[in-house]
Amino acid sequence: MTAFASIAAAELVVFAASSLRDAFEELGRRFESSQPAAKVVFNFAGSQELRTQIEHGAGADVFASADGGQLRPLEAAGLIDAPRIFARNEPVIVVPAGNPAGIGGLQDLPRAQRIVLGAPEVPIGSYALRILDAASALYGPAFAKAVGAHVASRELNVRQVLAKVRLGEADAAIVYRTDALAARDTVEAISIPRQVNALAEYPIAALRGARDPAMARAFVELVLSPGGRAILSRFGFQ
Amino acid sequence: MSRRAWNLVQIGATALLVTFLLLPVAALALTLGWRDFLAGIRHPLLAPALRLSLTTSSSSLMLVVVLGSLVAWWVARHRGPLARAIETVTQLPAVIPPAVAGVGLLLAFGRRGLVGAFLAREGYGLAFTTPAVVLAEAFVSAPFFIQAAIAAFRRVDENLLIVARTLGATPFRTFVRVALPLSAPTLIAGAAMSWARSLGEFGATLLFAGNLTGRTQTLPLAVYTAMETDLRAAQALALIMVVVAFAVLLVLRRMAREALGA
Repeated sequence: MTAFASIAAAELVVFAASSLRDAFEELGRRFESSQPAAKVVFNFAGSQELRTQIEHGAGADVFASADGGQLRPLEAAGLIDAPRIFARNEPVIVVPAGNPAGIGGLQDLPRAQRIVLGAPEVPIGSYALRILDAASALYGPAFAKAVGAHVASRELNVRQVLAKVRLGEADAAIVYRTDALAARDTVEAISIPRQVNALAEYPIAALRGARDPAMARAFVELVLSPGGRAILSRFGFQ
Repeated sequence: MSRRAWNLVQIGATALLVTFLLLPVAALALTLGWRDFLAGIRHPLLAPALRLSLTTSSSSLMLVVVLGSLVAWWVARHRGPLARAIETVTQLPAVIPPAVAGVGLLLAFGRRGLVGAFLAREGYGLAFTTPAVVLAEAFVSAPFFIQAAIAAFRRVDENLLIVARTLGATPFRTFVRVALPLSAPTLIAGAAMSWARSLGEFGATLLFAGNLTGRTQTLPLAVYTAMETDLRAAQALALIMVVVAFAVLLVLRRMAREALGA
C-alpha cells in the first residue's frame, strides 16, 4: 500500500501481482534508462487486493495481474484499456533443497508430511485445486484426499507459500516456476505433468485515468516487446 | 487559559477523537446492506472461524491471566534490577510488529527453530496447529494484562497485607483473599484489553500458525481471506467480529463495575 499520495508528474505507478516482483523491478530499471525523465514506482500485492485498491481510487497508471478475472470487472467499468496477455507462468512443486521427503513427481505429493498451498481465493490456490482435481483422474480419487489430509496451511499469497518451504516448515508446496527460480538456492522445483497442469496467464493494461497515458502505454509496450519478454523469460515466465 | 476556553478545548478534542475512532467502524456498518450482512452470517468461513477465535482467545486469556498475575505480583512486590528487567521483558512484545513476532515464534518453535528443532526430533510439531494460534495470541496480548496487573498490585496497601499476615494468613492466602479482590477492577480491565488484542491478532497468527479453515483460520484471517474474493463478505465478517467483541467487552465492563461495587 505505498505511493498513493502526491506523485510527481514523471512518476509512473505500476500495480503488479506479487509473483512479478523480480521481473518487473528489472523492467522498471529498463524503462527508466530508456526514458530518463520517468521514475517507476511499484505496488506489489495479490492481484485481488490490487484490483480492490484500484476500484477504490488508488492512483495506478498500469495494472499487471496474475489472473485475468481481476481485470474483467475493471475493463467492464471502463477503468482500463483492453488487457493483453504478456506472460505465462507454470505451477510447479517445490521442496526444500535436498528433497528430504523424496518426492519424485506429482504422484508422490502425499508423501510430504506437511503441504502448504495457496488459499482457493487466490490464483495459485485455485490452480493448485485444479491440478489436484485433474491428478485425481490420473492417480485415482484417493489422491486429492491424501494430499488434502496433509495440507497444513492455505496461504494468501504465493510468496508466503514459498516462504514456508524456504523455512523448512513445509515439505512441499505448489508455487509458480518463477518463484521456484527466485529461491533456487534453498528449494528444488519438480515439474507437474503437462496433462494435469494449468498455465497462469498474466494480462496487463494501462489505466484510462493514468496521469500520463502515453507513458503508461509506453510501459505496457515495453513489457510486450521482445526485449521485455526476454527479461520475463529470464525470470522463468513463458 | 480561561475556564471556558479550557472546557471548549476539551470538548473539541473529544469530539474530534471520538469521531475519528468511530467513523471507520460506522462506515463498516453503514455501507453494508442487510442482505450483505445476512449473507455474511451464512458465509462458509464464518462459523469455523468464530468458534476457533472464541476458543483460542479464551485459552490465551486464561494462560496470560494465570501466569501473568503471578509474574505481576512478584514484580510489584520487589524492587531492584531483576524486577525492573522482568517488567521490561514482559512489555517487549508490545513494541514488536506482530508479523515479526510471527517470524520470531517460527524461528523459536518451528521445525528448524531453537526449541522447535528439539521438539520436532521428539515427534512434536507446534507450528501450523491450533495451539500455535493460542501461543501467537498469548505472545501479543500478554503485555496488556501484565502491565495493568503490575499497576494494580503496586496500589495494594502494604498495611492490609501485613494485617492479613499477622492474622495468620499464609502469603498465598493473602494474595488470593486480599490482593486479588482489591485489584479485581483493574485486573478485569487489563484482561479485557488483552482479550481484545487476542481476538484481533492477525500477523503473528498468519505467519506462525498459517491459514487453515477450522484449525488456524481465526476471524481476522477469515476476513482477510474473504477479502481476496469479495469485499462485501469481508466487511460482513468484520462487522460480526466487531459485534461479538463489543458484546464481550460490555460483559467484562459490567463485571469490573460489580467488582468495584463489592
